[in-house]
Amino acid sequence: MTRKKRRLYMLGLALLGLGAATALTLTAFEDNIVFFFSPTQLQTQDIGDRNFRLGGLVEEGSVSKMPDGVTTRFRVTDTVHTVAVSYRGQLPDLFREGQGVITEGRMINGVFQAREVLAKHDENYMPPEVAAALKEAEHFKANSKEQKPSS
Amino acid sequence: MIPELGHYALVLALFVALVQSGVPLVGAATGNAAWMGIARPAAIAQMLLVLVAYGALTWAHVVSDFSVSNVVANSHSMKPMLYKVSGVWGNHEGSMMLWIVMLTVFGAAVGIFGRNLPPSLKARVISVQGMIGVGFLLFILITSNPFLRVVPAPLDGNDLNPLLQDPGLAFHPPFLYAGYVGFSVAFSFAVAALIEGRVDPAWARWVRPWTLAAWSTLTAGIALGSWWAYYELGWGGWWYWDPVENASFMPWLAGTALLHSAIVVEKRDALKTWTILLAIITFSLSLMGTFLVRSGILTSVHAFAVDPARGVFILVLLAIATGGSLLLYSVRAPSLKTGGLFAPVSREGSLVLNNLLLSTATATVFIGTLYPLFLDVLDLGKVSVGPPFFNATFIPVAIPMVIAMVVGPFLAWKRADLLGALTRLWTAGVATVACVAIAAYVTNGGGPLLALVGIALAAWAFFGSIAEFAERIRLFRIPVKDSWNRAVNLPRSAWGMTIAHACMGIAIAGMTGTSAWQSETIKAMKPGDTATVGAYSVHFDRVGTVQGPNYSAEQGVFTVTRGGNHIATLTPQRRSYPVTRMTTTEAAIHTTWLSDVYVALGDPTQNGTAWTVRLYHHPLVPWIWIGSLGMMLGGLVSLSDRRFRVGAPERRRAAKGTLQPAE
Repeated sequence: MTRKKRRLYMLGLALLGLGAATALTLTAFEDNIVFFFSPTQLQTQDIGDRNFRLGGLVEEGSVSKMPDGVTTRFRVTDTVHTVAVSYRGQLPDLFREGQGVITEGRMINGVFQAREVLAKHDENYMPPEVAAALKEAEHFKANSKEQKPSS
Repeated sequence: MIPELGHYALVLALFVALVQSGVPLVGAATGNAAWMGIARPAAIAQMLLVLVAYGALTWAHVVSDFSVSNVVANSHSMKPMLYKVSGVWGNHEGSMMLWIVMLTVFGAAVGIFGRNLPPSLKARVISVQGMIGVGFLLFILITSNPFLRVVPAPLDGNDLNPLLQDPGLAFHPPFLYAGYVGFSVAFSFAVAALIEGRVDPAWARWVRPWTLAAWSTLTAGIALGSWWAYYELGWGGWWYWDPVENASFMPWLAGTALLHSAIVVEKRDALKTWTILLAIITFSLSLMGTFLVRSGILTSVHAFAVDPARGVFILVLLAIATGGSLLLYSVRAPSLKTGGLFAPVSREGSLVLNNLLLSTATATVFIGTLYPLFLDVLDLGKVSVGPPFFNATFIPVAIPMVIAMVVGPFLAWKRADLLGALTRLWTAGVATVACVAIAAYVTNGGGPLLALVGIALAAWAFFGSIAEFAERIRLFRIPVKDSWNRAVNLPRSAWGMTIAHACMGIAIAGMTGTSAWQSETIKAMKPGDTATVGAYSVHFDRVGTVQGPNYSAEQGVFTVTRGGNHIATLTPQRRSYPVTRMTTTEAAIHTTWLSDVYVALGDPTQNGTAWTVRLYHHPLVPWIWIGSLGMMLGGLVSLSDRRFRVGAPERRRAAKGTLQPAE
């Protein structure tokens, strides 16, 4: 086998691997990327039956346990809009009213059915997505105030 | 006074590092032996100074000196001693101190153990280590000084994040960092070789032990982290494809590739430029992991503080180290002479395949981890990439890798007979089919089909590796006593490979078993209730309170039975730490070594009479960590191979003919 031929083999193999990996990655991206939305963004966007992440603050006084003892209902707010969430399972240790939260799941009949409520490890920590969503909501509020100074 | 001493030592270490990174390099370029000779004492001095600084910080933590702001932020007088010591690295500043300790220990180790290295190569390697040291010492002194004081000193501290107050996690960072930083030696060797313009089998032989050491400790570090996540987070998962986990997994994958490609350089004098590139990539991925974790752009327990200056600083370091070395690579690599030829079907060919697959796997993890950050930076929306993506991309690459892993060692160097290798693997094939049949029978066809593929791979890896070993010692073909003698006389690296490959099979079995066949029960339980999980029934006896040194806990008592026989009494806890006002879940686990019964006590219901209880049955899960530890052990056994120690590292000029009897 000549050096040239060997190189060709190697290159072919490498390209094959690269091609396969690209194809795999692209298909996986199509199906498995999870978008993040805030309650306000949900008002304007039609998501359909798709897995996504919803983040914001757990609204004060909204958390209630269902009679089965393991399903929790609460509302997620970005101070402008709120979304009702239902979650079956054990909540993370730092889940609290008034704290930032990220949940993953789907909208079913207007209620966000969370498959997962993400654990936060530090009580002072605000997930960056939530912080951004809250900031945007603030902005939104300020703008609407400008438009309607009477309210 | 002692913290100031530490601070002073750290500044001195910076100056030593500056000397270390400059003088030996100039000495090597001009052939000045005295200047090159600076390398070794400088590396040792730098290590000692950094150790003094680290000792000073540990002292401040141990005696709870609350005039040091780092101690205030991360310690408390009531904290147990183990966590006072481990708390030193349980925060941003201290963990960077640990990083630099590891770096300087490795640098000094090259100086001390590298007696057989040619002086110019040794000088250059230590000098590159010194440069990395300069970068990180500057980083600590400018952005993350752990010795800052607070005036007036508060009476007590804020305590360490309770999730980190755990023995498993106490030892996770030192192992992980030893791995990350250990790859810096391979990096320094690569850069030094590029400067010298010379890579030969002897070079590979010097690099291999460092890479092996780094790889082994990184394996242990990742396994410890995964074990911690399993029992501490109360969710029973062992791997989440979380960006922080990926940050440690990428250097592991690249390091595994490096470990194998260095074999080809050593034995066959081929794949040289590729190996150099891998060494650069592996350490760059370690640096990137440090950046991802330390900059606070990721949401995790590791993101201690969000300070943009730190992120930018590490990013600049990353750019200089990676960019600089790649630039050097592009200039120098073409001038490296290429070595031995080989056919695609050969031992070399199989190692190339291993490298291609490992690099592809690294790339998929890289894309999945960085894509969301990339979109975020460009303001194109917020997305997350979770386990489904990684399962869809990583597993298809991993499957052929494991299949080939078994076949590779049966192939001869240069040109091999694939069919012959496969026929010699028939016993492993039979054992694999048998294992799949048993798994299908035991689980009664439950679980996804992929689970049986996983079991097949695990069995193939395990029995195939054993078969290779049996072949080497000609088991059952010569008298057993002779086989025994052969086994004893086999090089340790052969033992190491067999252990590591077989244990990889064990780990795969564990991953498959728990992913496919775990059962979960979440239930609101009152004392007196019974729930079932898998074949076990779990009776909730009572709840009591327990007082720990710096926490109080609700402790549930559960009796686990199977078919009426008492199996175990489990006592999971919900601990609340008053200082940080945090609650942690301490799961209780009963292991039979074939499976785990896992009980976690959740929050009480509103009227306080019942608790949310999570019960899991995890088949084969302990094997994940047994397998990982075995892989580490394999690495260490291989590391003890005598050719890495005795005489071998002398550069042989007439190397080519004597290296390997061709076929």
